[in-house]
Amino acid sequence: MNNKVPNNKAWLLVLPMLVLVAFSAIIPLMTVVNYSVQDVLGPNASFFTGTEWFKTMLNDEALQAAFLRQISFSLIILAIQIPLGIGIALIMPKRGWQASAVLILITLPLLIPWNVVGSIWQIFTRGDIGLMGWGLRELGISYNITGDASDAWVTIVLMDVWHWTPLVAMLCYSGLRSIPEAYYQAARIDRASKWAVFRYIQLPKLTNVLVIAVLLRFMHSFMIYAEPFVLTGGGPGSSTTFLSQSLATMAIGQQDLGPSAAFSLIYFLVILLVSWVFYTTIMHMQKDKPPHGGA
Amino acid sequence: MAEITLKGLAHSYEKTPKGAADYAIRQMDHVWHQGGAYALLGPSGCGKSTLLNIISGLLEPSEGDVLFDGQRVNELPPEERNIAQVFQFPVIYDTMTVFDNLAFPLRNMNTPEYRVKPKVLEVADILELTPLLNRKAKNLTADEKQKVSMGRGLVRDDVTAILFDEPLTVIDPQLKWKLRRKLKEIHERFNITMIYVTHDQLEASTFADKIAVMYDGQVVQFGTPRELFERPAHTFVGYFIGSPGMNFMAVKYQDEQAMFGNQSLPVSESIKRAIAHASSNNIKLGIRPEFIDISASPSTESLPVEVISVQDLGTYSLLTYKLNGQTFKARLPEGHSPVGEAAFAEFDTAKLALYIDEYLVETGHE
Repeated sequence: MNNKVPNNKAWLLVLPMLVLVAFSAIIPLMTVVNYSVQDVLGPNASFFTGTEWFKTMLNDEALQAAFLRQISFSLIILAIQIPLGIGIALIMPKRGWQASAVLILITLPLLIPWNVVGSIWQIFTRGDIGLMGWGLRELGISYNITGDASDAWVTIVLMDVWHWTPLVAMLCYSGLRSIPEAYYQAARIDRASKWAVFRYIQLPKLTNVLVIAVLLRFMHSFMIYAEPFVLTGGGPGSSTTFLSQSLATMAIGQQDLGPSAAFSLIYFLVILLVSWVFYTTIMHMQKDKPPHGGA
Repeated sequence: MAEITLKGLAHSYEKTPKGAADYAIRQMDHVWHQGGAYALLGPSGCGKSTLLNIISGLLEPSEGDVLFDGQRVNELPPEERNIAQVFQFPVIYDTMTVFDNLAFPLRNMNTPEYRVKPKVLEVADILELTPLLNRKAKNLTADEKQKVSMGRGLVRDDVTAILFDEPLTVIDPQLKWKLRRKLKEIHERFNITMIYVTHDQLEASTFADKIAVMYDGQVVQFGTPRELFERPAHTFVGYFIGSPGMNFMAVKYQDEQAMFGNQSLPVSESIKRAIAHASSNNIKLGIRPEFIDISASPSTESLPVEVISVQDLGTYSLLTYKLNGQTFKARLPEGHSPVGEAAFAEFDTAKLALYIDEYLVETGHE
């Protein structure tokens, strides 16, 4: 292990990557950092404000509410999509033309642009011409996403589940296909129940794809913008206004560059922190516990 | 305890098999006696694993019956057959500790915990897994994992047979030897029927009392390692067993002589008679490399041959020569003087074996 030769020329090899990352991530991020500590009044009029914007943003009650809404939304859709995705993957056909057919059918929602998804559901839920809205009204169920906050919430969750569960299902499906047949055969010989096969073979083998699925779904749902914006516009009231929409209103609608930059950074750090904590926890769980008393 | 009988068994992966070529297992009858240590030996793709999976119940045979102690079990799934199977690649339950892995089959049968523990400890002790019991199975080495797989087969009291499907493929050579001895020990201790699938004749003969040699979906010979060597019942057995395998010569009967090309071969009376009465044209004489005597000077029954090469293999030398345009291998004992380009080969007539349509009909020895 100690046969490494120190050679500073090796840094030259890292350089191209560093330049690439600088342009794609570091420099744009730094401009945001730059804005976040200034009050920009005009092209040549800006003042250094220190951490003031950060304090303001953290204490903003509307933003705190949006943050709670955002967290709840992510947790709800994860709690639905992950088990549902696993379930779908488990019952999908394993081979033959049926497998291909189901794969194509299930992938369709993933191919639809986000604001189109919003529009589809907007029309779908209308009481006069939308199949779901009309159907519910005919059944005598009161349903109105522009008037009732819980109707709006249910619809947004339903929409996200429809749009993104296929991704989870496909990831799990690929994970399941990679389990060698011998595991199932051994489990049968060991007289494992269906549940035990799931719990001790399928689920452990799915860990890696599930980590990816949870991270992707968390990050994306935490940044959701176009679909609720088109469907409900954040209403009724601000009941479905999520963080990204608050940010867009602030940055583009009101041109508050300083506060929105500070807000963006906090937003970014929250996503980073949650993803990191989640990932390290899972990876830690897979390690051996330190053996007791030497050995 | 069980005696496993295969009656008129055949299997095809096709729904409507058309000819013999569509069968992975051709029609066969076979009995595995209770408590025996058997090996199923054959090249890749000869149907060994298929046969094993039929016995364990992972596959349902398309024709014939599998009987355990006379009871037909064709439709019984593996979980109801009291059988354990160890696969080529170790199967372990990643998230469990070694202890939980070994306890898994018992817990699946709702065995009370106070009976699980002593049994697991006993099996761990036999397999030398005791120090690893609290480790996660995922982080073990390949041979440790394979021992855990075997252990799961041993913990159940009701297991009557353990089937091994090339279990040592992924194990390092020096550990292979150890594990094989362990298996032998377990076999003697528990009196369990063991069937061991392999394509390695050395592995088969060190493990098994009796070996079934499979070729092209059929068991072509079932016998002790010694029988397989001394009286191969099929040309394939002759070729597959031994290192190198048997030499074969296509012969015909002409002028009251056994002719190999235009060379008359000295053979015993019984073989000559059998050749004369053969109803097929597919007649072959086989001789093992061990029973060809090579000398520098001619004798009454020797044939002049053209030496191609001599390989020194340490304990003996291997001579390759040509006779009638066909290559032969002969084994020279240690200290045998090297020969020049020309030499004389003499077949031990008592060891010549006659094959008609690939099956043994007669040996030189009366």
